[in-house]
Amino acid sequence: MPPAQAGKAPHRSKGRLRPVMQRLSRHLHQHWPVRSVGLTFAMVYGGVFVVSAIMFLSFTWWNTARLLNDHIEHAITHDASDLLARWATAGSGGLSHALRLRIEQDIGGDAIYLLISPQGQAEGGNIDRWPVQVAGTKRFYQLSLRHGGGEMPVMVHSWALPDGQRLLVGRDVKALPMMRKVMTQAFLWCLLMVVLLALGGALIVQTLFRHMVTAVARTTAAIAEGDLSRRIPLNGSETDLVAVTVNRMLTRIDKLMRGVRQVSNAIAHDLRTPITRARTRLEDAALHAKTTQELHAAIEEAVADCDHITAIFDALLRIAQIEAGARRQAFAPANPTQLLRSLAELYEAVTEDAGLKLLLYVPELPDIVCDQHMVSQAVANLLDNAIKFSPPHGTITLSARLVRQPPGPTGVHARADGPRQALEITVTDAGPGMLPADMARATARFFRAEAARSTPGSGLGLSLVHAIAGLHHGEIRLASGQHGTMDHPLENTRTDPSPATLPALPGLRATLVLPLQAPGDH
Amino acid sequence: MRLLIVEDDPTVRNFILKGLRESGHVADEAANGKDGLFLAVSEAYDVIILDRMLPGGIDGLNILETLRAQDNHTPVLVLSALADVDERVAGLKAGSDDYVTKPFAFSELLARVEALGRRSSPENAPRTNIEVGTLSLDLLAREVRRDGKRILVQPREFRLLEFLARHAGQVVTRTMLLEKVWDYHFDPQTNVIDVHVSRLRQKVDKPFERPLIHTVRNAGYILRSDLDEGS
Repeated sequence: MPPAQAGKAPHRSKGRLRPVMQRLSRHLHQHWPVRSVGLTFAMVYGGVFVVSAIMFLSFTWWNTARLLNDHIEHAITHDASDLLARWATAGSGGLSHALRLRIEQDIGGDAIYLLISPQGQAEGGNIDRWPVQVAGTKRFYQLSLRHGGGEMPVMVHSWALPDGQRLLVGRDVKALPMMRKVMTQAFLWCLLMVVLLALGGALIVQTLFRHMVTAVARTTAAIAEGDLSRRIPLNGSETDLVAVTVNRMLTRIDKLMRGVRQVSNAIAHDLRTPITRARTRLEDAALHAKTTQELHAAIEEAVADCDHITAIFDALLRIAQIEAGARRQAFAPANPTQLLRSLAELYEAVTEDAGLKLLLYVPELPDIVCDQHMVSQAVANLLDNAIKFSPPHGTITLSARLVRQPPGPTGVHARADGPRQALEITVTDAGPGMLPADMARATARFFRAEAARSTPGSGLGLSLVHAIAGLHHGEIRLASGQHGTMDHPLENTRTDPSPATLPALPGLRATLVLPLQAPGDH
Repeated sequence: MRLLIVEDDPTVRNFILKGLRESGHVADEAANGKDGLFLAVSEAYDVIILDRMLPGGIDGLNILETLRAQDNHTPVLVLSALADVDERVAGLKAGSDDYVTKPFAFSELLARVEALGRRSSPENAPRTNIEVGTLSLDLLAREVRRDGKRILVQPREFRLLEFLARHAGQVVTRTMLLEKVWDYHFDPQTNVIDVHVSRLRQKVDKPFERPLIHTVRNAGYILRSDLDEGS
């Protein structure tokens, strides 16, 4: 079969079958009277058990009956071929003699013979007349015959001899119905046992199922009551599939709830400051401004404050929106090389203007599935930070490389077999760096390290990067810079930094790790 | 330009009206979706400023979709408090030409409205050449000349200058430049655009007597012909 056809045939049959199956399952789903999954499972189990037992028993029954039948038929055929051979050698007389001999030797009396002349007269055998039902010579007849003591069920077969005589050979089969009756009885008893077993098994299945679900239900009930720390215990069985998913969902809900609380705290705490400032400025101007010029100045400053507040709001909302995972539809393959080079081109001018040097180490990279605008924004935020904290004549590096990422401990990447490839985008600056304790908290909203208090900014930049990384199932890592010592060889597109000009500052190295293909995305 | 403002909040509406009239535009107003739709279909406007959430059963997107269904291609600027990227996409998909989120700076709104108004005018046919005063841009060869002298610019600088030149005489904000020239939709904390513009100035303005690129305080930049300056 050509491959195209081979691929096409099952597809077509599947296509025709699928709507039927769907309609059937929908129908079952709508009209199935039992609302308990456990009971349904139990019933399905019982049903399958009973049906398979019935099938097995009937097969055995039918086979045994057939075996007996075959056995008798075989005996008749064998006997007849013997007699026909005798006729061939010794003629009609020899045959009659053989018949007589057999009837005499037949102790059980279950053999039946009859030889008739072409005119219909009996010429030998142990029954007196030819049964009317036996017309042909092609098949076995089962009938009732007067023989010996009374009416007996018999199986007979007839043969036409070349001279017009006809021979009938048969066996008494009174044992056969008896046998069948015994077997049927035995099987009915078996069936009863099977039904009982099925019911018992179904009960056990239902109990087990309820037990399994109760564990999940107990935990989710506790969560619904507000105890977000509870998790479903894992027991190593298939239910862990559900448990792990539910647990992950719970962790996420927990995180979101915490995020909401944190945002409201942050709004309460950090937004009050600029709002108060704006308000104070306006009130002060209203009360104390002597000239229109002063008034204008105060108003303009207040407007700037309002803009700042708006920017914070926008950033907060955006982070919350991204963390809720709402914007997955903008994911598309994008080329990180182009993206980073274009960003570097945008920022190069600023760094040069600020007396900084921007080094770009971006090799040709494969496409990644991402939200291009988000990733640009994340890298832009990192570059903004780097520029803000670098002293004059410092160097900022923007580099990217592919790494093999080990399966994450969170189980996010556990689905893929083995390590998956990830893109590492690193921005290193030559600034004062960050204390290790601060690094751990750096992505929290409104967090600002002590050293950064005096610089402009809202403390939301890294939160946004963190949220964007999370949306891509990636992460953001912060480390000390160790500027200029790259631990991996990269295609060098620019000249090397001259270490002599570098001030002895630790620097900060922010790495954005993005999986090449976000899990769960197509 | 003749403009229509459909906005339910009287403070915002009056603020926009006042600002537009001060800038020399003629503006009509509508406070709800029904009046807005009626005016939009019965009168000819250069630009329509449309709020998304309106009272009266017809919201901004309904008006927009009705207009576009009637083959009315008046440029529409949606002004909305719905600032999500998805909402912005919904607005643009419904047929709007620009999207400004509330709260907004009037200078930004005005710059975008004027940019839209220019776009609808017939002189915006495909061009191969833009001339602003002594400055001329060859869009095919991507060459810049001023007073006949060739100025060497980087490709991105050319696009920046081209955008400014296409909107010559209009204020162009930093956000607009970041969106239209670089296709970035975020707020950089550093003054990236200013630096790029100042580099462009070094090449386009510095060697010459009169500047072409001017900074508009609290708003952005404007490219103005050096010939009719002072008149």
